[in-house]
Amino acid sequence: MKVQLFLTCLGENFFTPVLRDMVMLLERLGVRCEMPEGQACCGQPLFNAGFQSRTIGPARQLLRAFDRTEGYIVAPSGSCADFVRHRYPELFPPGTPEHTVAVDVAQRTFEFTEFLVKVLKVTEVGARFPHTVTYHASCHILRGLGLRDEPKQLLLGVRGLELIPLAEEETCCGFGGVFTVVNPEVSGAMMGAKVRRIEDSGAEYAVVGEPGCLMNIAGGLHKVGSPVRAVHLIQVLAAQE
Amino acid sequence: MGQTATHIDFRANVRAVEPQMPASVQKATNRFLGTRASVVGVFGEDRWQQLRQCGHDLRRHTIAHLDHYLELLEQRVTGAGGHVHWARDGAEANSIVLEIARKQGVRNAVKVKSMATEETGLNQALIEAGIATLETDLGEFIVQLAGVAPSHIIAPAVHLTKEGIADLFRQKLGVEAPAEPVALAAIARARLRKAFLAAEMGISGANFMVAETGTLVIVSNEGNGRMCTTLPPIHVALAGIDKVLPDMESLAVVLKLLPRSATGQKMTSYVSFIRGPSKSSKEGGPHELHLILLDNGRTRVLADEISRDTLLCIRCGVCLNVCPVYNHVGGHAYGSAYSGPIGSILTPQLLGVGIAGDLPFASTLCGACAEYCPVRIPIPEILVHLRRRVVEGDRVDGPAISPVVSAAAGAGAAALGTPWLYEFGSQALKVAGTPLSKEGWMAHLPPPASRWTDVRPMPAFGAGFRDWWRNRTPQGRRLLWRRRVLAGAAAAGAFAAIAAWRLTRKSGRD
Repeated sequence: MKVQLFLTCLGENFFTPVLRDMVMLLERLGVRCEMPEGQACCGQPLFNAGFQSRTIGPARQLLRAFDRTEGYIVAPSGSCADFVRHRYPELFPPGTPEHTVAVDVAQRTFEFTEFLVKVLKVTEVGARFPHTVTYHASCHILRGLGLRDEPKQLLLGVRGLELIPLAEEETCCGFGGVFTVVNPEVSGAMMGAKVRRIEDSGAEYAVVGEPGCLMNIAGGLHKVGSPVRAVHLIQVLAAQE
Repeated sequence: MGQTATHIDFRANVRAVEPQMPASVQKATNRFLGTRASVVGVFGEDRWQQLRQCGHDLRRHTIAHLDHYLELLEQRVTGAGGHVHWARDGAEANSIVLEIARKQGVRNAVKVKSMATEETGLNQALIEAGIATLETDLGEFIVQLAGVAPSHIIAPAVHLTKEGIADLFRQKLGVEAPAEPVALAAIARARLRKAFLAAEMGISGANFMVAETGTLVIVSNEGNGRMCTTLPPIHVALAGIDKVLPDMESLAVVLKLLPRSATGQKMTSYVSFIRGPSKSSKEGGPHELHLILLDNGRTRVLADEISRDTLLCIRCGVCLNVCPVYNHVGGHAYGSAYSGPIGSILTPQLLGVGIAGDLPFASTLCGACAEYCPVRIPIPEILVHLRRRVVEGDRVDGPAISPVVSAAAGAGAAALGTPWLYEFGSQALKVAGTPLSKEGWMAHLPPPASRWTDVRPMPAFGAGFRDWWRNRTPQGRRLLWRRRVLAGAAAAGAFAAIAAWRLTRKSGRD
């Protein structure tokens, strides 16, 4: 099995260790990884900010990078996977060669936990993480891709891990991309509520599957000096403590 | 509240939110959602999803054939002895009501809760014309007393606590009012009873209008709807043209969806069916029935095939209840009659993005609204569509942003779509961020990134994966070597720039 790594811009710029863990974990599971050069941002930030004509450029570039590659395209983000899968085919008029590529890339693109559970059909990845954790369900993983159980199935397969339910688990953490800069006050209030719920859970770690939410929640926990650490789900699955 | 003529500044409105308000709102919305979950649970998840789809399909069918159903409705209402008026906008609707009132010498009017009349600012128009107008829904009665607009589609006073309401009653009504819901309701009730009997005109909206039979349907819990539409000699109903339904069978579907989604009830205490005025004095009830059909921008919404689904809305308010943004800011932040996710898509279409262009951005696109909407309005899709209208403009409206922002987006698009520029940018950010980082966090960044760091620190820029990856192969290592030479030069430049910024920031503080 071969996988094309889709780094995602937030993943690449803020979470290098997560990407490295992603490669190690996939290789541990017998998957061969490739990293297409020339990939950049999928264009979602522009699209969601309303600059939809301008999204074509980045989208075209990402398609160029993944066109003529083989196998599944896997991202450490539900948001980017959701965008490529659901928006790319709409960005280019049907009947054009670009549309054909967009449909192909869209069909091959998977979020990481989705790839493990639905494609590799594994929920036990040989990880050991003897800690209490709570899981925040990111909106695009949950509603965008419909992955309600998959991330938690993977967590429950980790040895030594105790999963503590998070109150209001499915409530948005207040990230929302452009929303954080357009409406910082509301974003902060939502993040504050999420951080309180996480602290109330009593868990040592807050597990998040989405780089955007991870930046937001980790930042929020850091700001209040919380002992709770926010980590990417991939880091937990890669752990062999 | 009437139509806003000036720009709605969502962010400024948010800053004006009173600190205790979100707690009041969340208490109510959580209660609604809790009861909703149990009635939907009893209904059965699969059946509920089928019913939602059915509601979606029939509302879509109706909106697609709006011309047909409105003509049929007019015919049937007229046939039943009612009068039908068409209002192009809010001002025209209000003047129709005033004209009816003038002809009949109306001095006192009582009102049933109606979002359409909030939209047109009817209360103000009536009061300015010297007609005493009293809201009779308890929540509306309270917000009218407070002199503010309703803050929720179905629960107008949701932003207030019972203590706040008791204070309001003491101040405005001069009565001793305990902070006790039953006692407060009794105080309002005593006042309302007199008003019901004195009013010469009852004003309502309509939750639905059944075209086939010419029936107006009012869904309520307090009985005030029935009082207003039966006691006064004249009944005037004002409703958006989108409120029409083909027939009683369609009504049966939406009457299952509406109360379950809204308050978590299987059925409301009252569902009134009004078909024409009373036929004789023996029958009782108003001898005159007027129905005003309000466009006020709805036909313009209809013209856009993506955002048209906004008109499917049955005003249950569940999108407000599940919206994390609404739950933190309340309804007034949205600056118009409709708040929450539905307000964020409806208001910009009714008033134009020049006035309400902030609203489509008042969302994280989390999608909770679409998950709950009983008629499956793809609210996040429409939000994104309207954002485009705001920033790029389309054949309907816009753009409404400054050319500076637009140029910045163009530069961003170029950087994100050009691999070498993107990679260079990543490395430059990493270098430039180094002096700003401490233990992996950047506490302060220059504008506009300060809007992030004012709220929480940002993780340090740390693009390093590609180099790590490339180091695993010989050709990757060669590529790296060539790039390092280039990067060294660039980093020096970026470092100089950031040092200059820090210096100005420091001198600004001194």
